[in-house]
Amino acid sequence: MIAGLDVGSRSVELVVVDAAGRVVLARRVPTTFHPLRQVAAVLDGAAPEAIVATGYGRDLVAGAGLDVPVTTLTEIKAHAAGARRLFPGARTVVDVGGQDTKAIRLGEGGRVLRFEMNDRCAAGTGKFLEHLAGVFQIPVEDFGAYALRGARAVPIGSMCTVFAETEAVSLMAGGAPPEDIALGLHAAIAARTAGMVRRVGLEPPVVFTGGVARNPCMVRLLARELGLDPLVPEDPDHCGALGAALEGLARANGAPDARGATAPGAGG
Amino acid sequence: MSDHKRMWEKLNLDIEAHDGLLEVLGKFYGDIYMSQDNRLKGMEYMDFVLSEVHGLRIKELQDAKAAGRKVVGTFCVFVPEELTLAAGAVQVGLCAGAEVGSARAEDLVPRGTCALIKSFIGFKLSRLCPYIESCDMIVGETTCDGKKKAYEAFAAHAPLYVMEVPQTKSAAARALWRAEIVRFKERLEELTGKAITVDALKAAMKTVNARRRVLQRLNALRAADPAPISGRDALLINQISFYDDPERFTAKIGELCDELEARVARGQGVAPAGTPRLLLSGCPMAVPNWKLPYVVESSGAVIVGEESCIGTRNTRDLVDETPETMDGLLDALAERYMKIDCACFTPNDERMDNVAALAASQKADGVIHYALMFCQPYAHEAMKLGHTLADKGVPMLALETDYSMEDVEQLKTRVEAFVEMVS
Repeated sequence: MIAGLDVGSRSVELVVVDAAGRVVLARRVPTTFHPLRQVAAVLDGAAPEAIVATGYGRDLVAGAGLDVPVTTLTEIKAHAAGARRLFPGARTVVDVGGQDTKAIRLGEGGRVLRFEMNDRCAAGTGKFLEHLAGVFQIPVEDFGAYALRGARAVPIGSMCTVFAETEAVSLMAGGAPPEDIALGLHAAIAARTAGMVRRVGLEPPVVFTGGVARNPCMVRLLARELGLDPLVPEDPDHCGALGAALEGLARANGAPDARGATAPGAGG
Repeated sequence: MSDHKRMWEKLNLDIEAHDGLLEVLGKFYGDIYMSQDNRLKGMEYMDFVLSEVHGLRIKELQDAKAAGRKVVGTFCVFVPEELTLAAGAVQVGLCAGAEVGSARAEDLVPRGTCALIKSFIGFKLSRLCPYIESCDMIVGETTCDGKKKAYEAFAAHAPLYVMEVPQTKSAAARALWRAEIVRFKERLEELTGKAITVDALKAAMKTVNARRRVLQRLNALRAADPAPISGRDALLINQISFYDDPERFTAKIGELCDELEARVARGQGVAPAGTPRLLLSGCPMAVPNWKLPYVVESSGAVIVGEESCIGTRNTRDLVDETPETMDGLLDALAERYMKIDCACFTPNDERMDNVAALAASQKADGVIHYALMFCQPYAHEAMKLGHTLADKGVPMLALETDYSMEDVEQLKTRVEAFVEMVS
């Protein structure tokens, strides 16, 4: 039994697969400011033989001294592998997580051909939606459905979370219907995300993963921007952890370990 | 060390802040350089030079000044060192690779200015660079809008002279550049009180070409798999080439290349054969800007070349040393410097070909394009280069960053994913 552990900025996901690659366990806990405690909690009773850690906390897990061998994998390859498993024909993957957005182009056999990520700023990610849902005093889970009630998207110029909030507040003060403003905020993210997808060379089928893929407004707007319906997994948050677990299985079966090569004086 | 301190005081450095800078630099160097395995014996010279970067080398400059020589500082590979040496002056590249005094720099230049420009202004305003303070003349150049406007503000703080680098390679542009070389020669003669002779210029050309040749030799050796030297060390050698004594440097790198040659013959390297090989391409990395090379080489890859001003852009082309007249020598200089494929030129298609050729000759598995934030010319060319390399089946990752450390984790994720991709 091999575990994939995706330690993201928002949540920690665990997926355990058996020797045949079947998912035997999937769990999710919030990351909080004590990620290692949450890792211990999510692993409680799972007892895998090996762990592949991914997400921004991957090195933290690898260095935590767990009594199970831990190797690491980047989110890019993890999401590619997970999406490929869920939708074997997948050619493009869009993942919108807590603080990262990534677009990945896949080639033959699920090989990563190209990828793009947002830079150090979390504009247009789950964090952006979460913050603005707070401004609307709506739980982030309901923000998409709320935005879908908007009749016409109010154009939002700013992608900086702080500026976007200022802009939304000004628009409300100007009398724009809040649902229209919410729709406009979603549209701004969808346009930015679609741009990233086009830059890696959009090719269907497109898989939409990450927590933001649960937002029905984002799915609809991204479909409109891309001119096609993205495939959304039943459990879009677990895609990275699934990919990591499958990579772990491949490594256990002797596949070359991408992180096994020693760099000159690798220190960090 | 107290001798150094007296010297720094005479140069009017901010001693307390300067001590702090040297301490940080020393720690940073230890983490990034001294942690490497299988290092070359020849790198001891580099470790020594770097440890005395603000010490013995500055002392040498002061001694040269006491003997009547002038010190000329530069920021760019367009400034012909051959003329400076022929006039009996010393030329040094000025440090602009650390995030120093950037808040003060923003008093002189807008916030949306690249880290390199902010750095040299910050170094000057914070009184932290003994090289700047040693200069009798600092030579700027009109390579990009950010620099040429920054020099206007900088001129109030330093003895500045600006060369006009044209933006195209037309016949008229070449004539302009030839005239700028003559104007620079005359300015140097005025500064040093010494006429530049044919013999002195030919000798200087030999000196500078010899340094280019030894760096070419170093690069050629890096085509071997396993890579015989880390990218960090090779970058450091290129960085030091800008301020060390040219003849001593050339001799030392010659010895290092002998060691490398023996290592290649034994099939030894700094990383196992088959380690993913990456070429860095784009903006210059001045001392102590080692952030990206460190991230790359901590991610399971080895860097096998630098397509950069602190790299092959500075060493690829030699000057024709054969003309026997001053006019012929100046023509040769003008011609050589106009071969530089800086992103400030339009069009600049030769750079696309040069990067592709370098990736092939160094047997690179991929290219990482490095653009400083707010550097328009290189950010534009990153897009173009991505298409050129994609057509040739060479993967490329475009990164944009600055000198701060806040994005190291984000960079790591991208670089690791790129290494996974090309493995």
